[in-house]
Amino acid sequence: MANTIKIRAKEKGGETTVKALISHAMETGSRKDKKTGKMIPAHFIQEVVCKHKGATVMTAEWSGGVSKNPYISFKFTGGAKGDEIELSWTDNKGEGDSKTGKIK
Amino acid sequence: MSTEMKRRIFLKRSIAASAVGVAAGAGLLAPQEILAAWNKAAFEAKELPNALNELLGSSDVSESADINVKAPDIAENGAVVPVTITTTLAGAESITLIASNNPVPLVANFMLGKGASGFASTRIKMGKTGDVVAVVKAGGKLYSAKKEVKVTIGGCGG
Repeated sequence: MANTIKIRAKEKGGETTVKALISHAMETGSRKDKKTGKMIPAHFIQEVVCKHKGATVMTAEWSGGVSKNPYISFKFTGGAKGDEIELSWTDNKGEGDSKTGKIK
Repeated sequence: MSTEMKRRIFLKRSIAASAVGVAAGAGLLAPQEILAAWNKAAFEAKELPNALNELLGSSDVSESADINVKAPDIAENGAVVPVTITTTLAGAESITLIASNNPVPLVANFMLGKGASGFASTRIKMGKTGDVVAVVKAGGKLYSAKKEVKVTIGGCGG
């Protein structure tokens, strides 16, 4: 899957705010397909990792309880304008994606 | 149900779960880094104390005023409930997000790395009206805060 991540990072007063949007179905596995009446198999992101200069600043573990097309935001100190920041995700089917953004 | 009542049930369940908790606790003595793999047992737990035991090694949580859960009072659409958690607790290691009335109460666990601030924001699904609980692990102890969100249309199943 390509281009599933939108990432923005902004540094202000020493603190960097990272905001990201991931396009993903986030199926819990407990929802029925209204047309067929069958259960829709679970398909959701399990892990999101965000790295700054190779060091992990945040790891998120998710269940299917996170909304479709998840939004995630967090803050950290130590980032500078122009630094690269990498966000990657992995879902329960082993699929994943990663994207690198620059701190503005 | 009053908070006191909930606490009673919570305690009762904690005791019932303690045998399991001891077993899980032994495994959880390992540092977090080794446990980077998705915690299946915790995320599939239907009961909150079990989930906390599996994930954080304890379900002994004390309420704290240093955690702020920002969520809407009324969520029209339970499929998308924006939640922001901020904490001023020193040495916060992780922020765990729980929707207490969901079929799977444990929604997300944010593990804060070096330099990360006590802040996490995301959007969650809520099956029905209930408390959004944030559990923050700081200095090996668990602290929590909650906020009730009324859900008009559920976001789980259906």
